Amino acid sequence: MEEHLLTVRNLRVSFDTYAGEVQAVRGVSFYLDEGETLAIVGESGCGKSVTIQTIMKLLPTPPSRIKEGSICYQGKELTALSDKEMEEYRGKEFSMIFQDSMTSLNPTMRVGKQMIEGILRHQKISRGEAKKRAVELLGKVGLPNPELVYRRYPHTMSGGQRQRVMIAMAMACNPKILFADEPTTALDVTMQAQILDLMNQLKKELGTSILLITHDLGVVAKMADRIAVMYAGKVVEYGDARQIFYNPCHPYTWGLLGAMPNLIQDVKSELYAIPGTPPDLYAPPEGCAFAARCPYAMGACLKLDPEEYVCSDGHVSRCWLMDERAEEVTPPDGVPTLPRKSVPGKPSGNTLPEGGTAHE
Amino acid sequence: MRQYILKRLVISVITIWLIATCSFFLLHALPGNPFATQKMMSPEMLNKMMSYYGLDRPLMEQYITFMKNLLHGDFGYSLKYVGKSVNGVIAQTFPVSAQLGLQSYLLSFPVGICLGIVAARKRGRAIDYSLVAFSVLGVSVPVFILASLLQYVFAIRLKWLPVAQWKSFAYTILPTLTLAIGSIAGKTRTMRTLMLEVITEDYVKTAKAKGLSGLQIVWNHQIRNAIIPMIPSLGMEIVSILMGSFVVEQIYAVPGIGAYFVSSVQSLDYTMTLGLTVFFGVFVITANFIIDLIYGLIDPRIRVVK
Repeated sequence: MEEHLLTVRNLRVSFDTYAGEVQAVRGVSFYLDEGETLAIVGESGCGKSVTIQTIMKLLPTPPSRIKEGSICYQGKELTALSDKEMEEYRGKEFSMIFQDSMTSLNPTMRVGKQMIEGILRHQKISRGEAKKRAVELLGKVGLPNPELVYRRYPHTMSGGQRQRVMIAMAMACNPKILFADEPTTALDVTMQAQILDLMNQLKKELGTSILLITHDLGVVAKMADRIAVMYAGKVVEYGDARQIFYNPCHPYTWGLLGAMPNLIQDVKSELYAIPGTPPDLYAPPEGCAFAARCPYAMGACLKLDPEEYVCSDGHVSRCWLMDERAEEVTPPDGVPTLPRKSVPGKPSGNTLPEGGTAHE
Repeated sequence: MRQYILKRLVISVITIWLIATCSFFLLHALPGNPFATQKMMSPEMLNKMMSYYGLDRPLMEQYITFMKNLLHGDFGYSLKYVGKSVNGVIAQTFPVSAQLGLQSYLLSFPVGICLGIVAARKRGRAIDYSLVAFSVLGVSVPVFILASLLQYVFAIRLKWLPVAQWKSFAYTILPTLTLAIGSIAGKTRTMRTLMLEVITEDYVKTAKAKGLSGLQIVWNHQIRNAIIPMIPSLGMEIVSILMGSFVVEQIYAVPGIGAYFVSSVQSLDYTMTLGLTVFFGVFVITANFIIDLIYGLIDPRIRVVK
């Protein structure tokens, strides 16, 4: 178990508000290995940002608090660390790129100064050396005239340039894990591709692991080695990118894949949308959180939250449909069918009885 | 930049001319004359006075004389205080008001900002609540009550400080405190709110993600950004505080400019009112200009191009 770089087990995070407790993350488990990219996919408010901000301890406590679970990094338990001890990890072991590069750079500080701040915090070098390093990094992320960029203010740059600065800043101390919270959402498509290429290139060069958060399956396809699909504070399905894209096992994943515009298919058909809205996390439902929106929901779905079912090696789904007692269903058009039916070659059909044990 | 300053200068001159002209005609439109309040003045005497000060001439002629003198920086003689020039009064009383104002400003600005930061950092704790309570109290208690209170406690009861007048530094302490407390309270409140707004900003999260400590984040990232919305109001505040607080100066018998301002309007002392108004106008405009330049220094986004 400990061979993973980062292991998150049964993480539960809640926010205490005046209206009550919001259970933003309700038992999330995943792991991240060295040099790989894990994508966490899900719609807004499903707890993906909260998850990674909890790992970096960026959320103010209160109102947020970790109710349960462990975050293990290189064999060290991070939940036990104080804020002060965590500072050693932030920026050095972990770093982060945010969605909106306009607001995530300090508007009243020159880009260079913002960069060397982090460098000086973690490396014992002089200001001059730090500056040299910063300029070198700015060049590395593909910004022309890095010396000039060094002296610029964020508002004089374009969104793509700013996001490059953010990446340069995040890479400044060669972090082991780069958390990227929807890094390309605020950018146009061409810029998106360039930024993703840059991230992939840096990942290869420096061996950094990336934990990518997105709701854009196109981005996922380009970046991810493994995927975790989150819904209402839980990981409902996870597995290799191939497994998720070609053999999705959870109706929510079907919905997500079905909601992607498909250029090959019939153009006239309306874009699929999952009906309904996500559940209220003040009072999450007793059974499966997706049951209310799921066209395949059964009696069991409303009563009891499903355990993890192993679909194939390393591919896990939390859905009663995977139970052998469930009726067989066919996913909607354009989404591959369940693996136990459609992939004869694979070790499929190892569905477990109710309460089946989790994988590993 | 030079072009900008030049433009501002031209606009300033026009503004001052407008101020002078408007107040000149408005003042002369008021009924009565400056000497009407003085009793036992025979009609001949009154006529003599009027012609001595040139007040019997046509209004336009008076206006032109006034403007000519103004161009030379001469505000003329007071109609009320015999033998006193307006320039003299300003030279004599303005430094007193300015000292009082500056002292209270130098005290209230850093203290108010610091308290605001502390309150925001310790949000929801006892310190925060007491600071909020203090600021509400400080803003709502009128200056004359505060002044009497301070006089009673520190001058009469404890006998630490003189009750009133303006002779040495010790005399300046109570009036300075009186002016500063209200201002500190206001600044604490504003700064607290602004800091709380900034704390949730993304760049603060970025700074935290870089591994910076809490103090580093406050110092390098939050204060400067939080203070930006406060700057425009600082200009007016500096002006009003430098030009003296009539009430505080009255209570502490401070020989400042405030008393002249009020009494000159009441007694229709044309030259004094006009002189002080123009002086005040020049001051406001200069202060605002400086504040605008500082604004650009603090917030690069609105820095004037070239």
